[in-house]
Amino acid sequence: MSDFAKPDFAGLNISHLSLAFGGLKALSDVTFSVAPGAITAVIGPNGAGKTSLFNCISGFYRPSTGKIEFDGEDITRLHPPARAKIGLARTFQNIALFRGMTVLDNIKLGRHAHMQTNVLDALWYFGRARREELELRSELERRVLDFLEMEHIRDHPVASLSYGLRKRVELARALAMQPRVLMLDEPVAGMNREETEDMARFILEVKEEWGVTILMVEHDMGLVMDISDHVVVLNFGQVIAAGKPAEIQNNPDVITAYLGSGDVGELSRRIACEKAA
Amino acid sequence: MDWLFLIEVVLSGLGSGALFALTGIAFVLIYKATKVINLAVGEMLMLCAYFFFGLTTALALPVWLAIILTVIGGGILGGVVERALIRPMLGESPISVFMVTVGLSSVLIGFVELVWGGDPRTLPNFLPTKPVFIGDAYVSPKIAVCFLVASLLIAGFLLVFRKWRGGVALRATAADQGAAFSCGINVPAVFSISWIVAGMATAGSGILIGSIGGISPSMGVFGLTVLVAVIVGGLDSIAGVLVAGLAIGVIEALVGTYLGGEFKLFVTFVTLIIAMMIRPYGLFGTIEIERL
Repeated sequence: MSDFAKPDFAGLNISHLSLAFGGLKALSDVTFSVAPGAITAVIGPNGAGKTSLFNCISGFYRPSTGKIEFDGEDITRLHPPARAKIGLARTFQNIALFRGMTVLDNIKLGRHAHMQTNVLDALWYFGRARREELELRSELERRVLDFLEMEHIRDHPVASLSYGLRKRVELARALAMQPRVLMLDEPVAGMNREETEDMARFILEVKEEWGVTILMVEHDMGLVMDISDHVVVLNFGQVIAAGKPAEIQNNPDVITAYLGSGDVGELSRRIACEKAA
Repeated sequence: MDWLFLIEVVLSGLGSGALFALTGIAFVLIYKATKVINLAVGEMLMLCAYFFFGLTTALALPVWLAIILTVIGGGILGGVVERALIRPMLGESPISVFMVTVGLSSVLIGFVELVWGGDPRTLPNFLPTKPVFIGDAYVSPKIAVCFLVASLLIAGFLLVFRKWRGGVALRATAADQGAAFSCGINVPAVFSISWIVAGMATAGSGILIGSIGGISPSMGVFGLTVLVAVIVGGLDSIAGVLVAGLAIGVIEALVGTYLGGEFKLFVTFVTLIIAMMIRPYGLFGTIEIERL
């Protein structure tokens, strides 16, 4: 299924991104890039701006300055459906599924971005083209369901599923969008150990077998250090460190941001940040 | 008991019930897409009826052309209201948006009174006058035509929303706007189209209602009864509004005939209270489950 990850894909480049809500600077001058075919993790304490960053990249927020490039193309001004179409899929921190629909319907909606038919086509679109498209779709749905081991719940309404399974349905829906970049907002938040391990396995397989570039926000340091190739650390809306997981683990700034360095150190860091802002 | 008479009353109730259902579709579409309870549906319907009146009398256009233009006008009205009044209120508290629609209904009444005055008018009669019999039961020809037209329009809406991707987009938007947006569904377009189609539905029912009972600036009160049907059916359920609309129509006809016209609204709202006590989310409404 690596067929939808183009071999010469240039990844995602975020340069000098800033976002302010009134006087609050959620992001200031964030620059980093997401290498194609790799897993990039964004970490940082609560309120560091990770979800704001995600919302900028997926088009829900409009950054005040800066540029987002997808495969070398500037997408900063595109609206979310257009980004979905070029191959940017995301999941949400608080699961956002279509309640009242079944698992399969939810996954099918992931295909919506790539469907072109209008009302007349839908009413009179019969014959071979239609059959081929249906086959393609059912093939994709089957592969997604098989891959995420959820064939047994395909016709269940999503409202009846456990938290971990609903997270998995969200991942399935994002995969059905045939993304080139998959954005996961806290994919294992609130999961037990077994569910976390399953999800880690799925994420790795998405990267390796489907060839999808992954950008994720995650608090579970064990998972981040295990599976990511590149880690970006945000604090107070700024990138304070970026590098391989091992480098990040030993970076003094990161340790300060996470653990604090006594009251005085924490306070001076905050003051420095506010002055800079 | 005169069974034939009872059947006639029920049939005429079904006739007005079809109009409730048609107008109710406007409420449901708007609520599903934008989560707004649009109290101005009745007044939009009234404005469309007056628009039709103006086209056929002042401009003396043929009826068929006036109908087409009125339906287009209703669509434009819906689209403009969404874009100019509702879209800027996105993210505000639901009660504020609700109040905007209340204000809108007053503005529309005022506008119509300014242009056409406050007196009731009659629309040119274009409906057949030959009595219709179903078996032995007599049905007023106007009511019969209204029932037929409303049913056809409703069937059309249902077909489009089942077959067209837009129907799926509407359901997805109703379930989760953020997720729909990120799945490639153009949510703002869903908002606009829902309001436009709702406006067209109000235009259709405005013409039908006006040609049965005449038009007046206060005919928007009809919207209140429709709102009852919509709430009983479940605010976000098209099937619900069809069933409840027909039921309320029949109940009103029965009550109006056997108890007297002054009991109509009373019984309608008692129905609402009872329905809410038994099924708080309406007959077919989505039950909001909060998982803790």
